[in-house]
Amino acid sequence: MSLTVAAVAMTLYVWMFLHAESQAAVAVLVVLAASAVFASRKLGATRVMAAAVAQRPGLARALSLAGALVLIAAFHDSHFVLLMLCAVLLYATACLGLTVQFGYSGVANFAGAAFFGIGSYATAIMAAHTQIPHVLVIVLSGLIAAVIGSVLITPVLRTRGHYAALVTIAFGILFKTFIEVNDVLGGPQGLQVPGMKLFGVSLNDGIEIPGVEISFYVPYVLLSLLVFGLVYALVSALERSWVGLSMDVVRTDETAASTFGLHIARWKVVAFTTGNFFAGIAGSLYGMISGFVAPNNFTFSDSLLMLSIVILGGLGNIAGLIPAALIVLVLPEKLQFIQEYRFLLFAAMVIVILLFRPQGLLPRKTRIFFREEAPK
Amino acid sequence: MSHVNLIDVENLTMRFGGLTALDELNMSVREGEILGLLGPNGSGKTTFFNVMTGLYKATSGRISYAGENVIGKTPQAIYRSGVARTFQRSRLSLSLTVFDNIVIGDYQHMQHGLLFNLLRRKAFRAEYEQYVEKVRDLLRIFSPPLMDRLFEPVETFTMIDRRRIEVCRALMSQPRLLLLDEPSAGMTHDETDELMQDILQVRGKMSQLSVVLIEHEMNVIERVTERCVVLNYGRKIAEGTYAEITADADVQTAYLGEAA
Repeated sequence: MSLTVAAVAMTLYVWMFLHAESQAAVAVLVVLAASAVFASRKLGATRVMAAAVAQRPGLARALSLAGALVLIAAFHDSHFVLLMLCAVLLYATACLGLTVQFGYSGVANFAGAAFFGIGSYATAIMAAHTQIPHVLVIVLSGLIAAVIGSVLITPVLRTRGHYAALVTIAFGILFKTFIEVNDVLGGPQGLQVPGMKLFGVSLNDGIEIPGVEISFYVPYVLLSLLVFGLVYALVSALERSWVGLSMDVVRTDETAASTFGLHIARWKVVAFTTGNFFAGIAGSLYGMISGFVAPNNFTFSDSLLMLSIVILGGLGNIAGLIPAALIVLVLPEKLQFIQEYRFLLFAAMVIVILLFRPQGLLPRKTRIFFREEAPK
Repeated sequence: MSHVNLIDVENLTMRFGGLTALDELNMSVREGEILGLLGPNGSGKTTFFNVMTGLYKATSGRISYAGENVIGKTPQAIYRSGVARTFQRSRLSLSLTVFDNIVIGDYQHMQHGLLFNLLRRKAFRAEYEQYVEKVRDLLRIFSPPLMDRLFEPVETFTMIDRRRIEVCRALMSQPRLLLLDEPSAGMTHDETDELMQDILQVRGKMSQLSVVLIEHEMNVIERVTERCVVLNYGRKIAEGTYAEITADADVQTAYLGEAA
């Protein structure tokens, strides 16, 4: 019951937020959200909610899905809002990959946007020059991102901590520069990506319902939601499995891990590759939606944006990714005056989070493999 | 008691730069015994454990364990051949649950394929439930109160419980050789007594198990061990029963200094 009320309230809030036009309205909504979070924490409502979600995870998932569908229906004719929702869902999908890498196995990847970009470019080329069905193109783009990422495996495994992070930073910059100077890949101007065809139906044609104007982005948002949902289910299964456990042990204590037979390199490779695969898939679909890929969409700052979503949401807690992606991606669009300063603000925000709430907005929960075993 | 040796250490030397932590060490561990490993701080006891488990690679010499040389093998391979240990400073994953920390001890028998774990959830669940039973069984002999707190993070537990969890993790794989590195460190007398009682009880149920125990508490050594080896400056200076080594002149010198 309390879950349903909360879901309705949150959906309504996001709806108002996406709808708000004037700067004053947005500012009021932000203040409202901040005070609501503060009040519910003080009154213990947050704890009640967390317990309710833990008790009925199925219901919580169904309600989140329903909320997303209601929002899509509410904005069925607004190109801009739908495109933004696509970005939120697909960035969150890429961040699911980064969570496997950074949150579970401790491999910091500062080139998330590059792997996202590899997915987009692979799709641009395959969709324009081959007859491969587009569903397969998406999967292949993910695989290509994973394979290209494997170039980095040796340097990442040989170095540790900050140095491994530096390797990925270098790769991200390398990727952008490589695309920029490469005329075959369109150079700085980028490439066009054909719209998606799903079983012979072109999604760019949109859906015709007489009397109702429906944006051609609606099927794309639904598809993004589906991709996010699938990857979410996979990552959630991964966390509640021996794979997630092994990654956690490797992250927390490599010495103890090797004493108990865990191959450190193996788990880091699995995490790195899986994460890049998810980022590639997300990038692939994003390319088809925006119809265009250019090196400037995949800069180091975009990689930082992804990592700040992961950290803001709560490192290792995949349920926090959507709210975090909403804050990081949508808030600057709404608050025009911060546009110019947005990276400044995000940097400040990440520092504040790390100082005062290092576990993020929604901290990761203790692993319970299957609900029945939970302490009563 | 049989006198078959499980471990034979021959001229084992471990140097770190100019420091010689193990100096031509020769000793043996018999099948099924509890061996006390003693010596002042810095005499090479923990270094021996680290070489034995593959964390350090010895400079020279060999350790034959069940007929095979251990030197040069990876920690993973040594673990699979039946060696498990605890650490002097507890090395648990504090944010993970009791179950998580103990079950990882049997990593070698888990199915860790990606497809099995992600897609065959029913089969995974069956395996998982077997493991819950296994962990419960171990805790039942070792520390029944922990059974009710199986899914709480380890950071909420006291020192003695953490030690118990670490010992359970080591026993989870049903090892042939258990290396205990100062299990009493940071615990009171009563707690140490309790822990040793538990260890003895478990060993009673696993007759195949050999144990090497590093310990400073002499009364623990006296009560628990069947034989002792004393190290000083990386060499063995004495070997024998508790009574024998405490009477040894070299041991007294090592611990108390030269007689004036």
